[in-house]
Amino acid sequence: MMPLKHPQRFGLLPGFGLTMGITLSFLGMLVILPFAALVLSASRISPGTFLDTLVNPRVLASFRVTFLAALGAACVNAVFGFLVAWTLTRYSFPGRRLVDAMIDLPFALPTAVSGIALTALYAPGGWLGSLLEPLGVKIAYTPAGIVVALIFIGFPFVVRTLQPALADLEEEYEEAAASLGANRWQTFVKVIFPSVLPALLTGTTMAFARALGEYGSVVFISGNMPYRTEIVPLLIITRLEQFDYAGATVLAVAMLAVSFALLLLANLVQWRITRYTYERS
Amino acid sequence: MTRKKVQIHARRSVHLIMGITLCVAVVSGLCGCGGSAENQGITLLNVSYDPTRELYRDINALFTRQWTEKTGVPLTINQSHGGSGKQARAVIEGLPADVVTLALAYDIDALVEHGGLVASNWASRFPHDSVPFYSTIVFLVRKGNPKGIHDWNDLVRDEVSVITPNPKTSGGARWNYLAAWGHVLTEKLGDPAIAAREPERPEVREAQEAARQFITELFRRVPVLDSGARAATTTFVQRQIGDVLLAWENEAMLATRELGPEQFEIVYPSHSILAETPVAIVDKVVDTRGTREVATAYLEFLYTPEAQRLAAKHYFRPVMPDITGSDLPAFPQIRLFSIRDLYGDWKTAHAIHFSDGGIFDQVYEASAGKEVKTP
Repeated sequence: MMPLKHPQRFGLLPGFGLTMGITLSFLGMLVILPFAALVLSASRISPGTFLDTLVNPRVLASFRVTFLAALGAACVNAVFGFLVAWTLTRYSFPGRRLVDAMIDLPFALPTAVSGIALTALYAPGGWLGSLLEPLGVKIAYTPAGIVVALIFIGFPFVVRTLQPALADLEEEYEEAAASLGANRWQTFVKVIFPSVLPALLTGTTMAFARALGEYGSVVFISGNMPYRTEIVPLLIITRLEQFDYAGATVLAVAMLAVSFALLLLANLVQWRITRYTYERS
Repeated sequence: MTRKKVQIHARRSVHLIMGITLCVAVVSGLCGCGGSAENQGITLLNVSYDPTRELYRDINALFTRQWTEKTGVPLTINQSHGGSGKQARAVIEGLPADVVTLALAYDIDALVEHGGLVASNWASRFPHDSVPFYSTIVFLVRKGNPKGIHDWNDLVRDEVSVITPNPKTSGGARWNYLAAWGHVLTEKLGDPAIAAREPERPEVREAQEAARQFITELFRRVPVLDSGARAATTTFVQRQIGDVLLAWENEAMLATRELGPEQFEIVYPSHSILAETPVAIVDKVVDTRGTREVATAYLEFLYTPEAQRLAAKHYFRPVMPDITGSDLPAFPQIRLFSIRDLYGDWKTAHAIHFSDGGIFDQVYEASAGKEVKTP
C-alpha cells in the first residue's frame, strides 16, 4: 500500500477549497456584513444615548411583550408541533400527504397575508372572534392575538425538525422496551421522548427565534397599543419613520444581543441534553 | 516545504478564490437582473405615498403624451407608492427619485436634512408653497350615522370608539391628530393662529391644556392603533371595528364611492385641517441623471387645468379656482386651519407632538396600563 503523500488535514473529501470559499463569501455578504454594519453604526452612538433609549418604560414594555409572546408561542408550538409531527409520521390515514403539505404554508405565505387572514378570523366580527366574544375571550387586538400570529409562523419549524427524528426511530427500541416489560406510557416517556428531545428543542428554538423578529403578521392582529401590544420590531419601524436612525439602531442591537444570548443558552441546554442522552444509551 | 506541498497549497488557494469569485458573480448577476434595462428615451421616477397611485397613473399618461409630442423624445414615468415616511427613507437610502410627491412637508424636509438631496428652499419653487392639490380630514361613519356624530366633540362621547392610525408611523395619522388639536384651539380661541403668535397668553395656555385633554380622551377611545392609513381604513371597513374613522377626504370619498354609499357616509366637521401634500424635485438625483428640465416641467404640469381636473376627479381638492364640472365631485365648503396657523412649520409641530417624549407619548404614558374604553 502506498503511504499517504501528505497529511490530510482537511479530510479525504475533495472540493474543500471551493466549498469553503463559497461558504465564506456567502456568509460574509449575506450575514456578517449586514450585522457588521449594524454594530458599526451602533458603535457611533454614545453609551448615554444607548441607555436613555433602552431604559424607557415603553421600550421595556415592548421588550416584555415581544419576548413573552414569542416564548408563549414557542411553548404552544412545542406541544402541538410534537402532536402533529407524531400523527403525521406514526399513523397513516387518508389525506396524510395533503395535511403534510399544508404544514409548509406558513413558510410560503407572505406574513402580511397571514396577519390579515388571522385578524379577519379572530376580530370581534370574524368567524371565530364572534363565537369567542360572548365567552369574554378576545384574541385580535390583545397580546393573545400576537401569540396566535407567532404560533402560526413558528409552527412548521417544530414539525419539520421533529418529523425526520420521529421517522428515524427504530422500531427495535420500542420492541426491546416492550419485551423488557415497559408499558406503552413508559416506552414513550423513557425511550421515544428522550431520543427526539434534541430535535424538539431545536425546532422550538427556531420557532422562538423566528417569532422574536416577526413583524408583518403581528402588526395587523396586535392593535399596536403602546405598553400593551406593541412589539419591538414595530418600535424600530416607528423610529425609522421619524428618521431616528440612531434610536432604531439601538433597539435593533439590543434585540440582537438579547436574542443571541437566548439562542446561545438554548443551544447550550440542547447540547447538554444531547450529550446526556447519548452517554446514557 | 516540498514542491508537492506547495502545489497542493496553491491548488487549494486557487479553489478557494474560485469559490469566492463564483459567489460574487452569482450575487452581482442577481443585482444586474434587479436593475432595469436601459431603454430608449428618458425615464422619471415619481416617489409618492399610498393614495395617489391612481391619480398619478392618469396624470403620467397625459404628461408623457404631451411631452413626447412636444419634444419627440419618448418619456416613461415610473411610480413608487408606499407610506410617506417609508418612501422618504427609501429616497434617503438611495432610491433614485427625480421627484417626490409626499403626504406632508415633514417628509420632504427630511430629504433636505439627510444627505441634502433636496434644496432647503423647495417649498418656494412651485406655486402655492409647492402644493398642487390638497385635502382635509373628515369623519367616515356607518350608514345612517347611528351614533349621531356631527362634530369633533362627539368623538369623545363615552359610547363612541374612534379609528385612527398611529401618528408615529403614519403621515395621515399626524394630520388627524393635528386636526383634533387645532379643533380645540379654534373652539377656545376663535382663531388657532393666536396660539402660534402669542404662546404666553393665559388663555392660550388654557386652550392648549384643553387640547391635550381632548387628545387624551380621543386616544382612549381608539381600540386599534394601525400603522398606516390604509390599514386603519381596513380595520374600520372590513373588520367593522369602531364608530368613526378619521380619514383623508379623498380616502373617505373613495371608500364611500367604491364600497357603495349604502354602507358609509361622510360627516364634515365644522372645521378641520388644511392637509397640504407637497411636491419637490430631488436636486441631487436630477443633476446626476440630467433630468431637471423634464422633472420641472412635470411638476409644473400639475398646476395646469387638465391635471387639476384629474386631481379633483380623484377626490383631491385642486388649488386652482374654477375647477368644476358635472363629472367632478363637489367639495363642501369647510373652514380650514393650516400647520402654519398652528405652529409655523412641520418641524416645530413634530418636535412638540410626535418626537420621543412628545405630547403623543405623554398621552399614552398617562393612560399606560389602563384598559382602553370600549363601549
